[in-house]
Amino acid sequence: MNFYVLSLVKAVVVTAVLLTALAYIQWVERKVIAHIQLRMGPYRVGPHGLLQPIADVIKLLTKEDLLPAHVNKFLYLLAPFLAVSLALISISIIPFGPMIEVGGVSTWMQLTDLNIGILFLLAVSSLSVYAVALAGRSSNNKYALLGSLRAAAQMISYELPMGVALAASLLVTGSLSLRDIVNAQQGSWLGVIPNWNIFQLPAPQIFGFLIFLIAAFAETNRIPFDLPEAENELVAGFHVEYSSLKFASFFMAEYANMITISAITTTVFLGGWHPLFPVEYGSAFVPVALFALAGILALYHGVKPARRKDRFTLPVFGVIFLVIAVVFLIPVVQMWLLPLFWFLAKTGALLMLFIWVRGTLPRFRYDQLMKFAWTFLFPVSLVNLLATAFLVAVAGK
Amino acid sequence: MDTVFFLTFATIAVLCGVSVVVHTQPIKSALSLIGVMCALAVLYLQLGAEFIAATQVVVYAGAIMVLFVFVIMLVNAGTESKGRRSWPVWLLGIPMLIGLLALLNYVIRVAVPDTERVRFGEFTRGGPGDVGSVLFTKYLLPFEITSVLILVAILGAVVLARKEVDR
Repeated sequence: MNFYVLSLVKAVVVTAVLLTALAYIQWVERKVIAHIQLRMGPYRVGPHGLLQPIADVIKLLTKEDLLPAHVNKFLYLLAPFLAVSLALISISIIPFGPMIEVGGVSTWMQLTDLNIGILFLLAVSSLSVYAVALAGRSSNNKYALLGSLRAAAQMISYELPMGVALAASLLVTGSLSLRDIVNAQQGSWLGVIPNWNIFQLPAPQIFGFLIFLIAAFAETNRIPFDLPEAENELVAGFHVEYSSLKFASFFMAEYANMITISAITTTVFLGGWHPLFPVEYGSAFVPVALFALAGILALYHGVKPARRKDRFTLPVFGVIFLVIAVVFLIPVVQMWLLPLFWFLAKTGALLMLFIWVRGTLPRFRYDQLMKFAWTFLFPVSLVNLLATAFLVAVAGK
Repeated sequence: MDTVFFLTFATIAVLCGVSVVVHTQPIKSALSLIGVMCALAVLYLQLGAEFIAATQVVVYAGAIMVLFVFVIMLVNAGTESKGRRSWPVWLLGIPMLIGLLALLNYVIRVAVPDTERVRFGEFTRGGPGDVGSVLFTKYLLPFEITSVLILVAILGAVVLARKEVDR
């Protein structure tokens, strides 16, 4: 097939899935946090509130689009555009799986592979500071300005340990291309321990992984590092003055950043689309077992429902899960569904961690945040880099 | 295709460069400078120097200019007042500008012979590995001297900032 047509098709599929995921991760977040706090969460729109994201989108689209007085119009309109486009662009180099063949056409499950992949990611993430800075600056509002000042300082500070932690893991792999990085993490040692970068000899990147994860929380402005939008002191931070679709684009950018950074963590540290344990021990049957278990559980609870609605909804979900479990058994589909499952499972676990932390931890104080970045995280990441370099040099890789 | 891209991004670079000088609001000048850097990165990419292109964006647009914008926001610099230029500026400035352009033209013509032309896609050794190996073999001494210079600059900044605090 024509290269351009193929790329276009892949881009459309990835964008559609990403945008749907963006809407639904919000639903997952609200549900999970509600259950952490012993509430029900969204429940009115659709079964178990499943149509809530669509209702939210319609609400945001139809709200009045307000342009406050005395704003710097050009910058004010540029900021949300920058935020959302920079947040969505990095998904284009994430590898979701190996080379596959669909209907006689073989292609990589990746939009494109750059030989400077990691640097591209760093460039995009460092440019996304401008969206926040410009939003705060152009809004002509004290709270917005304070929020964006905090965001700029925070993102510069945490980019350093993040970059250094990445550099250490790149020393082990020896390539900047994300595809090469995933391929280098294939297989396992001692039979069971996967060759992922956090476990791989000679220099397991477990500390690099933790540093990267902490910095990722700060880079995406999530609790406990959500000082830029601390609602009890700054109203809402840098996006106070934005309404309607422009507010929605900041919202989308935050969740898109979360998804991207989880996908990168999966790719660089957690072995990308490689399974948790080798196929010889039956890792191909993990998704089948998981979905079958979920289906049986849903059916069981559907038989004696706690609420009247569930008598209908839970069996339907159970059947859907069982069908998915059966689909995973079809050999033709298995070839590309299994890598995708492992990739999404790891990314999903990380996203769950983001939500879990939001439901658990309180916010840092601003001086604590800065002190933590410069006096703890950065030195530790440097030590990690030096130790990794030493180990790699000794191993003569 | 290459020529179209080159002309597009070269035009953007030049326009942004002019706008850096012309704008009176510091924040807009800074943003135009970011535009120049991003356009230059695309030109590097076209020439086959992908590593330099990426570092251009990461270091200049992503780190240094963020600090610029941060400081402009922090001190809340307003519009620069535009003074009227006196007649010696016009009288001396315009001939000197023409002289400078002529000199630049001459130097480029002497340094680069007509036969040597840039061809897009010809240079392929611009990856991180190639840059790194050259940096640590052929250009090791300049590289180390630069790093010492930067260290001196950092120490100077720390010393200056310290004095301010002690007072």
